[in-house]
Amino acid sequence: MAKTAETAALTDTRHATGMLATGSPSAAADRGDSGEASEDGGWDLAAIRAQFPILSRDVNGHPLAYLDNAASSQQPLRVLNRVERYLREQHANVHRGVHQLSAEATEAYEGARRAVAAHAGTGDAAEIVFTRGTTEAVNLVASSWGDAFIGAGDEIVLTKMEHHSNLVPWQLLAGRTGCDLRFVDVTPEGTLDLDDLDRLLATRPRLVACTHVSNSLGTVNPVREIVDRAHAAGALTLIDGAQAAPHMLTDVAKLGCDFYAFSSHKMCGPTGVGALWARRELLEEMPPYQGGGEMISEVKLEGSSWAKVPHKFEAGTPNISGVVGFGEAARFLADLGSDAIASHEDALKRAALERLDGIEGLRLYGPRDERTAVFSFTYGDVHPHDLSTILDQRGIAIRAGHHCNQPLMDHFGISATARASFYFYNSPQEIDALCDGLALAAEVFGGIA
Amino acid sequence: MIEPRSRTPGTIDREIPTSLNQLYQEVILDHYRKPRNKGHLDEATHVITMNNPLCGDVIELMLRVEGGSIAEVRFLGRGCSISQASASMLTGRVLGKSLEQALELSGKFTHLLHGDGAMLSDDDLGDLRTLAGVSKFPVRIKCALLAWNCLEELGDATDADSGSG
Ligand SMILES: Cc1ncc(COP(=O)(O)O)c(C=O)c1O
Repeated sequence: MAKTAETAALTDTRHATGMLATGSPSAAADRGDSGEASEDGGWDLAAIRAQFPILSRDVNGHPLAYLDNAASSQQPLRVLNRVERYLREQHANVHRGVHQLSAEATEAYEGARRAVAAHAGTGDAAEIVFTRGTTEAVNLVASSWGDAFIGAGDEIVLTKMEHHSNLVPWQLLAGRTGCDLRFVDVTPEGTLDLDDLDRLLATRPRLVACTHVSNSLGTVNPVREIVDRAHAAGALTLIDGAQAAPHMLTDVAKLGCDFYAFSSHKMCGPTGVGALWARRELLEEMPPYQGGGEMISEVKLEGSSWAKVPHKFEAGTPNISGVVGFGEAARFLADLGSDAIASHEDALKRAALERLDGIEGLRLYGPRDERTAVFSFTYGDVHPHDLSTILDQRGIAIRAGHHCNQPLMDHFGISATARASFYFYNSPQEIDALCDGLALAAEVFGGIA
Repeated sequence: MIEPRSRTPGTIDREIPTSLNQLYQEVILDHYRKPRNKGHLDEATHVITMNNPLCGDVIELMLRVEGGSIAEVRFLGRGCSISQASASMLTGRVLGKSLEQALELSGKFTHLLHGDGAMLSDDDLGDLRTLAGVSKFPVRIKCALLAWNCLEELGDATDADSGSG
């Protein structure tokens, strides 16, 4: 494994080889880098990038600068190889056979559950339910818990910065049950208005469902604070961790929440798989989400009894290879170390903020502090789609649009932003590339109006 | 072996690639920044709104059809330069045409966007031909067609009306 990465590093020198706030002092001196102090000396960006084959491709004749990580991240060789090994050597259906392959597949699948549980910060792997992703995890709670325990007149508190996937499932539940949805306001800086939360808690809602990190503003919400206030008012809490889990080791015990949802494909794993963490008692009292094989204990024509958690919620043959890749991604992140990831991302964030701040006509949304390296902005009258097309000609991938956050866009009176979202494998050179690309956009548009 | 190449911070390459120059011609940016016939049309006989749910662009096309031809046309909307410039140009080109003729123009414009070079010499398209550069950016074709989809929608609705007697 290490050998593969090394070889790749040697053959791919075109791409950013700089290190940020890390690396040996001599390497920093070589680059004439005034640089920041090294806090996690082990961070070798070139070697890390070499583990992501896609990062060395060209797009439109330029080295790819992949800045759309909030939409989906790339996968390292370790994950790709693990999935391939599973498919080549271990595939069979899980939990069903007595033969060797089925045992190996089941062990790979359940091993992934332990790795993902460790990432979420629970020692009880049975508290991890595999889903298709964050979206399905939220839908699972809204259908299973919601249909069983929510009735007409009950209140559910969401926020105005929710991704559509933590909004629409609740709208559907409201349609089915007649419960009411309330929304915590967002301040002009793009943080949650906690006074407004208190007002909404006064009428004792049943659930507060809110995002950990905003996918368009990068805001890191004070989850522990929100959870404590919600619990004090007698409400359960669901946290959408899609944008947090990739960047930080989650500790559900520290957060204190009741449900936590996240997706594999935003944290170096494959698409089509994700997880719901929930406290075991909750999972035990919730009815199944879907019916079928795998989730049953005993089936008679008149009725059936359910398997134990988490299998009760995993009807049918699951996405086994996806889950295996998800588990490997969790191990990969654990090996990198969440402190090392955080410190590199923090350095990128500060560098990017400083550069973007200096660009005339650029308006950045979201708070200055308590944020991730996700930057939503508008640039003069250059529409985000045009910006994205122009940057793409330079190999720079950003996202343009409403980022599944239409109510939030409405809140700021805009219809779209450009969004550059960084991950730990991004380099300072890619910040330069982005800024150069913005200069090109200004040129194409004959100035920024 | 591939030549090593690296991003060189500090040197800003401002040379505009040809494809971008062809996409963002001055005429197009001018229509984007100074849209023609943008506003509400009080006496509209036909109003159609189309949006692109993926990107949030919206065009509302308002027509006053009198004696079988388009006597007045305006639009409202928001979105990228391509969708807005295309709408602005549409309003200039369909004025005075019958709905049928407008739809015929829509067909030609669609051919243009799909790279049909023959359309470049079709005067009926007028300044719409400056949008030919969109053909090099397939994901942007739907932007250029948004306003025209309103016309098509109107055409379909009119067909349905006459069909049902
Ligand atoms: C904050 C947030 N929640 C939920 C989702 C949905 O995740 P998925 O599409 O993987 O289910 C996303 C990703 O787009 C997100 O950013």
